[in-house]
Amino acid sequence: MSQKDARRLTFLLLLSPFLLWILLLVVIPHIDMFMLSVREKIEPRVYETGLGNYIEVFSEPVYVHTLFRTAVMSVAATALTLLLAFPVSYYIAKLARGRLKSALFLMCLLPFWVSELVRVFGWMILLRETGVISSFLQWAGLVSGPVEFLYNDAAVMVGLVYTSMLFMVVPLVSTLDSLDESLVEAGYDLGGGGFAVLREIVIPHAMPGIVAGCIIVFMLSLGNYLTPILLGGKSSLWFTGHIYSQFITRFNWEFGAAFGFILLATSSLLVWLALRLSGQTLASTIAKS
Amino acid sequence: MLMVRQPSRRLSKGWEYTTRMDYDLECQSIVKTFGVFRAVDQVSFQIERGSFFSILGPSGCGKTTLMRMIAGFYEPDSGDIHIKGRSVLSTPPNRRPVNMVFQHLALFPMMTVAENIAYGLRRRRASRSEIETRVADALHRIGLPDSGEKRIDQLSGGQKQRIAIARCMVLDPDVLLLDEPLGALDLKLREHMKVELKQLQHQLGTTFVYITHDQSEALVMSDRVAVMNDGKFEQVGTPQDLYFQPDTAFVAGFVGDSNKWRGRVLNRDATSLKLEADSGETLVGVPGGSAAADRGMAVDIFVRPESISLRRVTSSEPTSTPGDTVNHRAAVVESVLFNGAQSRALVKTRQGEDMAVALPQTGEYADLREGEEVTLAWSIEHCRCYPASSG
Repeated sequence: MSQKDARRLTFLLLLSPFLLWILLLVVIPHIDMFMLSVREKIEPRVYETGLGNYIEVFSEPVYVHTLFRTAVMSVAATALTLLLAFPVSYYIAKLARGRLKSALFLMCLLPFWVSELVRVFGWMILLRETGVISSFLQWAGLVSGPVEFLYNDAAVMVGLVYTSMLFMVVPLVSTLDSLDESLVEAGYDLGGGGFAVLREIVIPHAMPGIVAGCIIVFMLSLGNYLTPILLGGKSSLWFTGHIYSQFITRFNWEFGAAFGFILLATSSLLVWLALRLSGQTLASTIAKS
Repeated sequence: MLMVRQPSRRLSKGWEYTTRMDYDLECQSIVKTFGVFRAVDQVSFQIERGSFFSILGPSGCGKTTLMRMIAGFYEPDSGDIHIKGRSVLSTPPNRRPVNMVFQHLALFPMMTVAENIAYGLRRRRASRSEIETRVADALHRIGLPDSGEKRIDQLSGGQKQRIAIARCMVLDPDVLLLDEPLGALDLKLREHMKVELKQLQHQLGTTFVYITHDQSEALVMSDRVAVMNDGKFEQVGTPQDLYFQPDTAFVAGFVGDSNKWRGRVLNRDATSLKLEADSGETLVGVPGGSAAADRGMAVDIFVRPESISLRRVTSSEPTSTPGDTVNHRAAVVESVLFNGAQSRALVKTRQGEDMAVALPQTGEYADLREGEEVTLAWSIEHCRCYPASSG
């Protein structure tokens, strides 16, 4: 066997797990899902190909409303996460030194050692009517009766931001780490105040990290099921809830598949829009962070 | 310390024809410590308006710390900094009338060349038309009129250098600080930029404070140079002063090359000192700087390779011409280090000392070979001695 053949074989062997993964877990299921989603049920065991499922989703106001609400809430959660994660990341990347830096980074990672379910239950213990915060407020005499913090949009938002924090911090820290301190100093030296330096130098430099973090957090929030359902309760109206109920409760796989594809299209569209607006490309954000 | 400084002599030169207001920058007894480490120790100096001032020192001598205090990034523990006669200690870096060219230039990669230059003007809320004309003017002045739309990574090293200076100069600073800005350039370009910087400074008339560890940069460009060591200024003077009349052993050893011996004073008379090197040889020299040299005192003796004259020993001539005013040695060439105009011969004297001698550029010694016998001679005033440093 020539060296060239050997190299090609090595390449194929190294590539094969990735190819298998993407083919078996991404491409084939999605083709199957798509086929399902364009199959209309005429009567039991009789099907026709058409866009009936999609038309039905969009003609039902509650589904459109849920989709819109899920998208807006996810965008809000992304923005809030960015706002909270940026100062944290800046501190970790630029101000903390040595062991403090790794300790802080580890503290961001720590919540992810337990499962999402346990983390959400943790929030429920804090926020429910008989929970820690409610009891404390009563004990302190600030409120007269028990207060329910769960099952509203704020609780969902708290949960989403908490779950997403790390995925924003990691790309931000890595881009901010590469920011040369002398650029910040030059920004001040040439007459810039703190805000000008942030806007003109730090944020433009961190843009690839910001966009990468936002894409990840947005996708995670949009596709999240556990957090909105548990913290938002019945009124949460999260789009993934509909997908779950179509597949599991109603056994209407055709309809559920259509839901799934609508969600995929929505997230792709919004990510594309965000990339266009920020002037970044997917390649530049992924490569840099 | 044994050395006795005579600040009055050095200062009087300046005081005769300048008033206090003619100083663009004045530092008074600046001290800065980091923990127990004293980075800058009681440094005082004045820089005349429109001059090129360099701070020369080895890395870790505190020169960067000093510059960062002038720029406003560090606050001195004690002492005061005046710019144009006004204390700037309470002024934050973005309001100080000084700008800095950073070691790696710190051009903003997210902006075009024109945006880089306009940055400071935009911070001052200059009008759009004013910014445009001043940026165009600055680009024209540095000879890059068409580069405004280029990205920073499209520029060569020398062009970046000029942009970094232009970015500061559009703001008309009272003092421009330069922190080893030529360090990242290759040798050829560095030689070229030295001349260019000097010309630029002359043309602009702005006071430049230049930090470097490279003595040739400091000597070529500066009107005055301060040699810094261990947080203190060893000597402030013109490049010629530093080279020909070093005040301290450190300056003598740091500026230019020297053959150095450790020794002691055997005897002294009105004009010269009789010295004995640790190797047992005797030399005749003069005290360097202002230090008094008493009999028996331990001294460091410096002789520059270029102040030694070298002659071949030929059979027709006597091997040496002993005299009172000249130190002389018989030696054998160990090796010849050819480096164009800086060519040297390494020789070993009959007493076993290694010395470096500059080769005259007349071509007469172009065929000097290892093993040849030569005589060395240098005059009393080129043999300077200083109280031995503790190191």
